[in-house]
This record gives sequence, structure tokens and C-alpha cells, in this order.
Amino acid sequence: MSIMGTRVVRVEDPVFLTRGATYTDDLTDERLTGALHLTLVRSPLAHARITAIDVEGAREAPGVVAVITGADLDLPPALLFPAANKAMVRPWLATDVVRFVGEPVAAVLTEERYQGPDAADLVAVDYDPLPAVIDLKAAASDEVLLFPEAGTNTALGFGVEDAFDETLFDGCDVVVTREIVNQRLAAAPLETRAAAAVWGDDGRVTIFCSSQNAHIARDEIAGWLGVEKDTVHVILPDVGGGFGAKIGADPEFALVAALAKRAGRPVRWSESRSENMTGMGQGRAQLQTVTIGGSRDGKVQAYRIDVLADAGAYPRLGTYLPAFTRMMAPGTYDIPKVESRARVLVTTTTSTVAYRGAGRPEATAAIERAMDLFAAEIGMDPAEVRKLNVIAPEKFPFVTQGGVEYDSGEYAKAIERAQEAAGYAELRAEQAARRERGDARQLGIGVSSYVEITGGGAFAEDAAVEVHPDGTVTVLTGTSPHGQGHATAWAMLASDHLGIPIEKITVKHGDTDLIPRGSGTMGSRSLQTGGVAVYQAAGELVELAKQRAADLLEANVDDLEVDKSNASIVVKGAPGSKSVTFAQLAEQEKLAVSTTFDSKKPTFPFGAHVAVVEVDVESGKVTVERIVTVDDAGPVVNPLLAEGQRHGGIAQGISQALLEEVVYDEDGNPLTATFADYGFPSAAELPSFELVDQATPTPINPLGAKGIGEAGTIGATPAVQSAVVDALSHLGVRHIDMPTTPLRVWEAIQAASKGAK
Amino acid sequence: MSGNTVKVDITVNGEQTSADVEPRLLLAHYLRENVGLKATNIGCDTTSCGACTVLVDGESVKSCTVLAVQTDQRSVTTLEGLSPEGGELHPMAKAFREEHGLQCGFCTPGMVMAAVSLIEENPNPTERDVREGLEGNLCRCTGYHNIVRAVLAAAGQDPDAEQKREAESDASRTAPGFSTGGAGA
Repeated sequence: MSIMGTRVVRVEDPVFLTRGATYTDDLTDERLTGALHLTLVRSPLAHARITAIDVEGAREAPGVVAVITGADLDLPPALLFPAANKAMVRPWLATDVVRFVGEPVAAVLTEERYQGPDAADLVAVDYDPLPAVIDLKAAASDEVLLFPEAGTNTALGFGVEDAFDETLFDGCDVVVTREIVNQRLAAAPLETRAAAAVWGDDGRVTIFCSSQNAHIARDEIAGWLGVEKDTVHVILPDVGGGFGAKIGADPEFALVAALAKRAGRPVRWSESRSENMTGMGQGRAQLQTVTIGGSRDGKVQAYRIDVLADAGAYPRLGTYLPAFTRMMAPGTYDIPKVESRARVLVTTTTSTVAYRGAGRPEATAAIERAMDLFAAEIGMDPAEVRKLNVIAPEKFPFVTQGGVEYDSGEYAKAIERAQEAAGYAELRAEQAARRERGDARQLGIGVSSYVEITGGGAFAEDAAVEVHPDGTVTVLTGTSPHGQGHATAWAMLASDHLGIPIEKITVKHGDTDLIPRGSGTMGSRSLQTGGVAVYQAAGELVELAKQRAADLLEANVDDLEVDKSNASIVVKGAPGSKSVTFAQLAEQEKLAVSTTFDSKKPTFPFGAHVAVVEVDVESGKVTVERIVTVDDAGPVVNPLLAEGQRHGGIAQGISQALLEEVVYDEDGNPLTATFADYGFPSAAELPSFELVDQATPTPINPLGAKGIGEAGTIGATPAVQSAVVDALSHLGVRHIDMPTTPLRVWEAIQAASKGAK
Repeated sequence: MSGNTVKVDITVNGEQTSADVEPRLLLAHYLRENVGLKATNIGCDTTSCGACTVLVDGESVKSCTVLAVQTDQRSVTTLEGLSPEGGELHPMAKAFREEHGLQCGFCTPGMVMAAVSLIEENPNPTERDVREGLEGNLCRCTGYHNIVRAVLAAAGQDPDAEQKREAESDASRTAPGFSTGGAGA
């Protein structure tokens, strides 16, 4: 029996559950002996001119080795996202102007950890406040510029050159338009950012850091430091969650390296949660205007989405993500006319980066709210409207109005199956009964249909597989797990070819000297790129082993096969005859294969979610009762791991819909800069999840696999938001922005009762 | 070391430890840096996340909110103390593995310690008991689904049956929004 598709428990767990994983701040690596601790002095103001920095008091504090300001550094400011407006560069330590609360202004190096904050408190910075820019429409007005030399707050525009087609909605019976907020979120991995750096006598720097992509981190840090890539050696210890916000390197990592060089000693840095909540890149942050038009019998004929996206103070990866929002704008629907544009603006806030889904949840949230608004307007059931408009299975591959080619999909089937598993008709009957009775606790049912793009951007990945003479196997991969379980799944993929048990297979990743190339783990790419590469490498290793075994076994290569029961090459149909194990072959000559898999294309996983909520119409309190999800990412290697990915994403999706939001006041002060203020759910606020399996293979890789990591944040978010609105639709409520907090829900009920919608 | 120090004697995982420490030293840092036990993680600075949960005299506490000096002459158990080196996994750790109750692993040491304490206090918890009992421990990876299953399994319950019972129950549940209702508006 094949190991593929079975619920294999993780090989990484015994260590994690006995002595704990080894994160960057846990490192006892001897290269870091005597490391100094870095503490950053950060701006308390959102936008201000620095008039003076006095570090003398701090220099006298116990344990202080150095206090460094931007004037002391000889690193030029960097454009963190190369496609952004060239004037929007970030200094490593601010010298003239600060542009967000949390921006580093001075660096303190101390012998001991606790001495750092003591000394940092003694750094006196004089600020002359400038006006904050928080609201996206205010940013777009260019009245206050973050970078006067840029002459604009627009970091990047997508499709903004052309005017919208004024005839787009001609011929539609019904046209609905609405402004929708996709609020700013904090990725909030449990491990905050951390890095440690040490320069060797050879002039190279070794950087240990918490990142999702060793090689991207290496390339970015080398670029920022102005050194060759070969000068930088990045090693990723265990990484305590990333969710997109740990893609590549953070500016602080390069600063740690620069300061280690300057100090002539290793330097380590591990930020506090309060620093993390303003310093780490944040996600989403779009203001969308959606317009949908169609016929009274339910056919959608045109859709438009106009996006203002928030880059934060210094453009980073978040600047690019509206491109994904545009690409996925039509969702699962066959809409004849689609238009989109996006303008990305700088504001005096924390920079935006990827967060689980990264541009696609924003697309799905918009089209799914639009479908509900359309359904409400024509008086049709939201699930029915969706089934009427989804792309039919026989139309794949399907080139969308978003300009991409969807590989495979069974969208209507996914909706049907989610409805069936949820007991949709019974739920609607229960809802009607509660409305009839005028219950305080009303029932809401939300349906989402989604498709996303995974493995986009970086389609190739390398893998190396080597069998050692002792029968153990080493797998090298350029992908980089931070909770996904690659050590287990990649071992399963190799084991499936070799018959060598996964306990004997070691998966190595996250070391740029050991593994020459790689793009790491992001965008749900790992299995369909790195995993397939491992599978392919193991298959090629079998072919190599057969060629070597042919002489020994006196047989033609074509007559040989793997006996998985004892990891050996045998002659087909000749039980009991001569055989040779992979280990024996490795004893004679190194038995190793390196390969590259290039999918050349992304995949498009899809699904449907049904959320059931109770809304207390007297208090506005929302409780998630059920979430039923059909998530189709093709055949599954390890259901235990795939379900884990779904669960985590669903929780984050529910959380965006109900709870989470990074909030700034009008002066740019963050109001949610600790875990006491930024709420994400505990176990007590969530139900267990009901998962329905579906597997439609993609033709673009031999496993048929698509990405599963972001399904939950893409599918669950609009389902839950729609469920909240649905619970109140009989009162006239049509939309409530996320997060649908009790106050917002209560206000929506009050507004509806006064006749507003 | 700056300022005055105080000598502490703390039993950690059954072994005597002793050090001269600053009075302000957090127990979490004592465990990580003085004793060298790194499983206990620090995930926040507001006692919100519970990644640093350990047992002090058998009771779960958040070690980022306890000073090392407060545990002088007391007994502390960390994740490292649960399963003997090279031996069988502790039943709670085993259940976390079998139910896939951990992903990145950062919340795990605290979550496991909180779960050990929970079933010590309530040997036959329902799904709701587990969810409310772990309310002080945050996980960003698992959505808690499999953590809850692991704790139920470690308590000798059938997770499938318990989840079904909870799903069908009409008991009122804690609603999201209690901590950020104001800020979110």
C-alpha cells in the first residue's frame, strides 16, 4: 500500500514536544558566543521631523557597548520594493523624518538583554510633529506628502492610466455599487521577528533569522548591505509561524548584520510583541468600491472593482498584492465584462506585506459581497445566484476576464456539496422560523464560492535526494517550512518511490550554503513546486539505481522494479531471485540525484464554504455556530497536514470577519499594538470545523496537487461576513464592514430600523 | 549584571537550580537563560498568549508574568520535564502528536503545560470545558481544532463523539469581540 494519502503523524513532533523547537532566539550556536543584544529606539510619532538626538546618557548606561544613530551608519536608504516610486526609500535608522510609529531611530548594543531597554529609555529624541496621513482617500488627495520629493503619495498604480468603460453596465436590469473595507490585519505569528549575525574571518556574514525564504532573505540582505550574494550565508532555524509576514528579510535583519560588522562582535536581536505589532509588516488594508450588474433572472453581466490599497510608510511587498486582487477579481464566475484598477498609497502607518492569501482574500471578499448584494437586490437565494454564474466544468482551461488561465475546477459541485453537508434547506427553514417568532438570536447563513491562485510567481524548485550506505536518506529542498510539516510530507514523497521508511529520511532546508537555490514557502507553493521536485528526484534516483543494478542483477533495466518492502531493486516477476538494496548501491558509489521541477504555471484551488452564525439582535453579539468547508486542492499527500492547514486558515478567516483589525487614531497612533488590544481568537470563541473533501487534480504537475495553505482565509472570511449580514437581511441590513464587531452589528440594526441600508 | 541581586533556589524539573538574579528577572528568562531550558517561549508582553506557561508547584502559570524571585524555594515544571529523555512521550505530548495539535510549535510548550494542568483539575472535560480551559493560550496555526481533540484524547475521551455532542448542544458560547469591540469600531 502506498504511503501517499495516508494520515502520517509528523516526524518533527517528538523534538517539538520534548525539548521544544529551536527558534532564532533559542540558538546556542557557538558562533554567537559573546553576542551583543540589539535594542531599537523606535519613533513614538507617526510623522515628524527629527530635530535632535541625544545619545550621551544612553552611552553611559550599564552594559552599553554602542549607541548608533542613522548619522553613524554608512548605508544608503533602500527602496524596499523595487517597482515602487523611486523616491520612497527607507533609511535603516531615521535621520530627518519618521513616517510611522515604530520606525527605528537609534540602535543600542548591550552586553546583556535587560540592559538594552534600560539604555534605550535614555536616548532623547526631539521631534517636530508633521500631519499624519491615515485615511486612504486623504492620502490619494496628495495634500500631505510623505515623500515631498516624490510629488505624490501613489507608490504604484495598476490599470490607473485608462478611464473606466462608461458603458460597462449598459443593458443590466440591476446595478448595485458599494464601498467595502478590507481592513488592515496583523499576521501575528507567535514567534516575533528575530535575527542574529556574525562576520567570519573570511569576510562573509552568517545570518540566522526567522524567515519563510532563506534565499530571498539572502538576496535582499546582500542588496541592502551592498555586498555580493555570496558574502551572505542565511540559516533559518525553526520558524514560529509566518503567514506571509516573514517572506524574505526585514530591514532590521540587515541592520543586525551591519551592526555586527561595526561592533566586530556577533549581534542578536529578538523583538518584543509590542515592537512586532508596529514593526512587522501587516496585511490586507484595501478600500474597495465594487459595482455589479446583471439581469433580474440572476445572470451577472458586468463587474467592476476599484481599489485604494495601503502600502504603509515605506512600500514593501504589500504594494504588489493588488495585482493579485485584480487577477482574481471575477472569482469563480463566468462574467462577460470585468474591469479593475488599483492605486497603492503610502500612509504614515506600518508597511504592508503579504498576509495569508495576500491579495486573493481581498478579491474574494469583494466579489462575494457583490454577489450577495446582487442576490438581495433581485430577491434570489445567494447560493442559487452563485451556481447560476460559476464557470462550468467543461470550460476548463478557462481564460478569465482577470487575464489568467484557470486550470481545473468543479465550482458548482463544491457549492452543492457544502450546502448538502451543512443541511442548507433545514438551516433556511430554521432561519425562517426564528424570524417568524422574532427571536433575539437570529440565524445567519453565509455562502462563499472561491478560487485562488497558488504557486504564483516562482514556478521552479530544486530538490536533491541521496541514499547513504547506512540506508538513511537526505533530502534537500529549497522550500522552507514554518509549521507546514515538510519534514514529514517530503519524506513521504521520497519514501513512496524508494520504500525507505520516513524515519530514515532527513529533510534539510533553509541554509543558503547547503542548498544553492530556492524560493521558500509562500503563496501555498511548496507542495506543487518543492514537493513535486522531491517526488521527481526520488523517481530519478530509482532510475539511476536501476541502471547501476542492471549489471549486478544480470538483467535489463526495463525488467527491474523497486521492491518497496525492503527498499531494493529486484527483477520483475522473479520473486526470490537476486536483489540489491539502495543502501548496497550507495556503498559502491554515491547514490544521489539533483533535479529541478518547473511547473511554468500556477494552479487554481477552489472550494465553497457555508458559515452559520447566531446574531443577538439586542446586543449585536455574533457567535459562529458552524463552518462547513469544501476545499479542493487536488489529491492530498497527507490529510492530517492538509486538514491542519485548512483549520488554521478557517480560524484566521473567521477572525478577520468578526474580530481583528489594526486600528490607528487620526494622529497615527496605533491602538492595537499589544495582544491585549489586538484580539485574535482563543479556542473559546471558535467551534470545531466541518471539513468536506474534494479532489480535482490539476494537469500541470505529476501529483495533480494545488496549494491548500490559504484556502481558509480566502473562503471562510466572506462566508462568515455574509452570514452576519444574512442574519439581519430581513431587517433591511445589506452590508456590514469587517470586523463585524457587536458595536457595528448593533449600529447596522439601528440604522436599518431607521430606514437606511 | 546591573543593580542588586538576590539568590534564588528553584527546583526545575526535579533538579535544584540556583542563581543570583536581578529582582526584576522574569521566571521565563530565568528558565531560558539561567537554566538553559529553551522550550518555554515568550510570545507577548501582556500575559495574553500563554506560550510561556509552566507549572509552579503543579499549577499552570504564565512565566512571563512571574518573577524568578517569586518562585524561590518552589518547584517548576517545564515541557522538558514532562517526558523523560529517550523515553516515551508524556500522554499529553503523545496526544498532541497523534491529533496533529501543533504546527509551528511556538505555542506548543505552553499549550501542553496548560492542557496538563486542565485535565489535572478536570479529568473528564467536555469540548466546551477544554475550549474555555485553554482560553489563556493562543495559537495562530491550528485554529485549535486539533488541540482540542488532543486534550480530549489525552483525557480518555473520544474526540469525534465529543465534537459531535458539542455541535449539537444549544449551550451558549463565548462570543468573539470581548476584547476589541471598542477598538474595532
